[in-house]
Amino acid sequence: MDHHLPVLVVVTALVGAPLCILVRQPRVVWGLFTAITWSIAAMAVTLLLQVLSEGPVRYALGGWPPPLGIELRVDVLGGFVLTIVSGMAAVVAPYSLRSVEQEVDAARVHQFYAVLLLALTGLLGLTATGDIFNAFVFLEISSLATYVLVSLGRDRRALVSAFRYLVMGTVGGTFFLIGIGFLYVQTGTLNMLDLAAILPQWIDTRTSAVAFAFLTVGLSLKLALFPLHLWLPGAYSYAPSVVSAFLAATATKVAAYLMLRVFFTVFGQAVAFGELPVAATLPAVGLFGALAMSLVAVFQTNLKRLLAYSSIAQIGYIVTAASLGTQAGLTAGIGHLFNHAMMKGALFLAVGCIAYRIGSVRLEEIRGLGRRMPWTAAAIFVGGASLVGMPLTAGFISKWHLVSAILAEGQWGLVALILTSSLLAVAYVWRIVGFLYLRDAPSGAAPVREAPLSMLAPTWALVLANVWFGLDTRGSLGVATQAALGLLGGQP
Amino acid sequence: MSILAHYNDWAVIVLMMAGLYIVISTRSFLKKVVGLNLFQTSVIIFYISMANVTGAAAPIVTEPVDAADYANPLPHVLMLTAIVVGVATTAVGLGILVRIHEAYGTVEEDEIVRHDFDS
Amino acid sequence: MTVETRVLFALLLPLLGVLGVLLARRRPNVREAVSLAVGASLFLAVASLVGPITAGADGHVVLARPLPGVALELRLEPLGVLFALVASFLWVVTTIYAIGYMRGHGEGHQTRFFACFAGAFFGVVGAAFSGNLLTLFFFYEILTVVTYPLVTHAGTEAARRAGRTYLGVLLSTSIGLFLFAIVWTWTVAGTVDFVPGGVLDGRADRVAASVILALFVFGIGKAAVMPFHRWLPAAMVAPTPVSALLHAVAVVKTGVFALLKVSIYVFGTDFLFSVPIREPLLWVAATTIVLASLIAMRKDNLKARLAYSTIGQLSYIVMGALLATPSASVGAGLHVVTHAFGKITLFFAAGAFLVAAHRTEVGQLRGIGRRMPWTSAFFLIGSLSIIGLPPFGGMWSKWLLGLGTLEAGEPWLLGVLLFSALSNFAYLLPIPVHAFFGEPDDPSSLEGVREAPLACRIAMAITASGCVALFCFPGPVHDFLRPVLSVGP
Repeated sequence: MDHHLPVLVVVTALVGAPLCILVRQPRVVWGLFTAITWSIAAMAVTLLLQVLSEGPVRYALGGWPPPLGIELRVDVLGGFVLTIVSGMAAVVAPYSLRSVEQEVDAARVHQFYAVLLLALTGLLGLTATGDIFNAFVFLEISSLATYVLVSLGRDRRALVSAFRYLVMGTVGGTFFLIGIGFLYVQTGTLNMLDLAAILPQWIDTRTSAVAFAFLTVGLSLKLALFPLHLWLPGAYSYAPSVVSAFLAATATKVAAYLMLRVFFTVFGQAVAFGELPVAATLPAVGLFGALAMSLVAVFQTNLKRLLAYSSIAQIGYIVTAASLGTQAGLTAGIGHLFNHAMMKGALFLAVGCIAYRIGSVRLEEIRGLGRRMPWTAAAIFVGGASLVGMPLTAGFISKWHLVSAILAEGQWGLVALILTSSLLAVAYVWRIVGFLYLRDAPSGAAPVREAPLSMLAPTWALVLANVWFGLDTRGSLGVATQAALGLLGGQP
Repeated sequence: MSILAHYNDWAVIVLMMAGLYIVISTRSFLKKVVGLNLFQTSVIIFYISMANVTGAAAPIVTEPVDAADYANPLPHVLMLTAIVVGVATTAVGLGILVRIHEAYGTVEEDEIVRHDFDS
Repeated sequence: MTVETRVLFALLLPLLGVLGVLLARRRPNVREAVSLAVGASLFLAVASLVGPITAGADGHVVLARPLPGVALELRLEPLGVLFALVASFLWVVTTIYAIGYMRGHGEGHQTRFFACFAGAFFGVVGAAFSGNLLTLFFFYEILTVVTYPLVTHAGTEAARRAGRTYLGVLLSTSIGLFLFAIVWTWTVAGTVDFVPGGVLDGRADRVAASVILALFVFGIGKAAVMPFHRWLPAAMVAPTPVSALLHAVAVVKTGVFALLKVSIYVFGTDFLFSVPIREPLLWVAATTIVLASLIAMRKDNLKARLAYSTIGQLSYIVMGALLATPSASVGAGLHVVTHAFGKITLFFAAGAFLVAAHRTEVGQLRGIGRRMPWTSAFFLIGSLSIIGLPPFGGMWSKWLLGLGTLEAGEPWLLGVLLFSALSNFAYLLPIPVHAFFGEPDDPSSLEGVREAPLACRIAMAITASGCVALFCFPGPVHDFLRPVLSVGP
């Protein structure tokens, strides 16, 4: 049983999707969804513990040994990301009951959960696989499901946003596919470890460099690295609240994970950072994006949109940290991957609570909400503090590692960029807090009640996780360190 | 000579650029879908042409022989999957377009932007 | 109770205070009683730590270990205990004053006011007891955020604008520069703990140490070194008790206290002496002193004048920290105390003028001494102490600082100090003099003006006597500080 875990994690979600369609009854479907996500989360945690104690797990699909067959391979990083993704799904599940009832047509609720499970399947599969073409397929499964999820938003602008996302996402996916093609031409294999073994002897060829460029650009589109981010703000702001929260915490993270795989597992640190100019370009691009997007976020009037721009900025941090090419940087990036999932998840869920009660997330409409929805507002406050990097929150830990990793490289320009952009983060978070607490409610506003417990509890679970991982980092950075070591060490 | 020898690559490049150009330049959402299709098709040709082995036969093997006599079957199989992905993308894209048409009465980006995104 | 429990207790008391104030929100008398009781117990709790500290205990408490090698921890040393002692004592006095002021002035949102006030002391005590830079930073930030509602208390557009300046300057300097300096210290030294003798010596080259020092001096925006001083005058829109306690004592002193800690425990005075940027930074502090004095002379609004006076006086302490000689360091530590007592008296009096006679401008105070003799007399005492004349406490700290400039071989700084003392004369003393002997422009305007509420007068009497007491008995404070600073005579 235990050694089937890698495939079970993926297949459980995959089988769940058609089950949802068959069941149809909204409440029952929700129950099924919750049960599936919780059991996947449990499996993912077990898998992570197993990997931590025994080293990477390999699983040959259908019994065909790699490199001929497709293999699933979960190392510490993979287990960590699997845990993040499935954990977020599990947290979102209880929340979605009320939120989805309100935001999605009753006739479509079962389809909604089915597609959400498909998205989950894609994300999990992409993380678990050890075959790069397989990764492409899972990437497209999750992307296709995501386009549909975004288009289910109530606002008709959701449709346009979903379509734009589809166009850019497909271009990104196809770029990735082209990159794989070049790799295959060069090496004749698709298995990541096999690639890693064969590539070094061909690394001087232009084919390899072109493959690397296509893969990087394609993934940058998927993870919305500035300036390839244009699809993200619309997609996050008009999607249903549950989808925004789930995607913000997982989708771009998994794309970032795939980027790490390509950089460190497939090409390897020596190649990506020795032969190819990654460390000279990507950190600057990432941080410049962080700066620009933070600046844009300051001027947003829609809360979800503001958080979306902030997400792009944070992705810039992750890419920057990871593309420094050092162990400290990689640890910081992987740690931020986790911490950012916690904080953005918490914030988007809290914003969803507001949308649930007052039907709008425009800053003007949330004036004085601190009094009327104290728990929700407090969740935004703490989540925001974490985003800014207040000590005692997860965000602080991330920032600490990020800055010290950059300092260790002596990149002063980058340090200036990161500090400026974190000041901008203070500005936009404070703007939200100011609207929540320091403005009076609009006159004649309808009385508002606090969000229901089933939505508050998941929100606060993530908020408390932010505080917890600000105090005790064994679960986040401890694992991230091991994951970084695993990536750099090139384990079997 | 050497330029013409790579005629398959040129086809791929021309198709790819045409597709990408359509995706970027057109203001009609429907034409963007067509452009995407073209773009994806070029990649399929790219894979298929790389599987070709000069003078080789289709890989239908009846008895153990030299592998160099056959075209590489793997890219073909990969492209089956890629075609499925492409078709699914087109289907989802067109599905969303149908709903956009229901909501806005048009699939022209300019008009939609005028309706909603100007405010 | 062990020392450690008492330390933790002292840290948590203000939080209890917040809770108590919120619970008693419907009953103002109980609410104020809670404030007073918590303030008094905090003072006693801190006072009970003096003995163990002198005996060499350090009350080390680890709150959490968020990063490998960096804990959130409390560790006592004399400077911090002294700061906490002064702040908590003045909290009690200010609460007495605030009761008279807030009711006399009919301010709204009093529960929020008292709750935030108590919350601010969570930050102050935490900062005072902090055992490393990270902890200090954390409580420093808490203090900024918690005092923001106090600054914007009035809720007007002007107050909100002032609040933006307040928060903007303090947060941007702390996150942009202070935090950066901390992380850099950590990368260089591998620790951010406060260690007697410093941690940077021998680990940071002179250039890096210079940049780090500059980042600290400017990044600790609460020390109000120009050009990052704008938040302090802006904060004067707050009710007077806030200006008095927080923006003359608790908040600004947290800033200079942090700088002192950095100079003594991160750089170490010996190493600091060899950092090349020390000299230019001394110039900055001196410029701040001179400019602030000049601006104060031109301010007609009484609170604004006091605010600029505070900016100047804070740079005395910054200067003392940078001079890094024994006398200068002790003088700086002592100045934290003497300036606190002097300036709070002045602010109390300013608030009393506002409550009793609705006067905010210096020009309106002519002749008011006849109607408000007590308040005017206390103002006089406060002014004299700030100027540094005997028989008031301000003299000793200025004396030691002056001595420090000579020890460090920077006699020109003594000139700056003298200039500043003279300008203090020029902008503070005329106020009480005119109050007693001046003729009001419009005699009828004085009709109906009565002395300030009793609670206000009691508070002023306590702080004014404090000024005198510090002159007569500076010894205990001096002796208490000596071990940290390893001073000779």
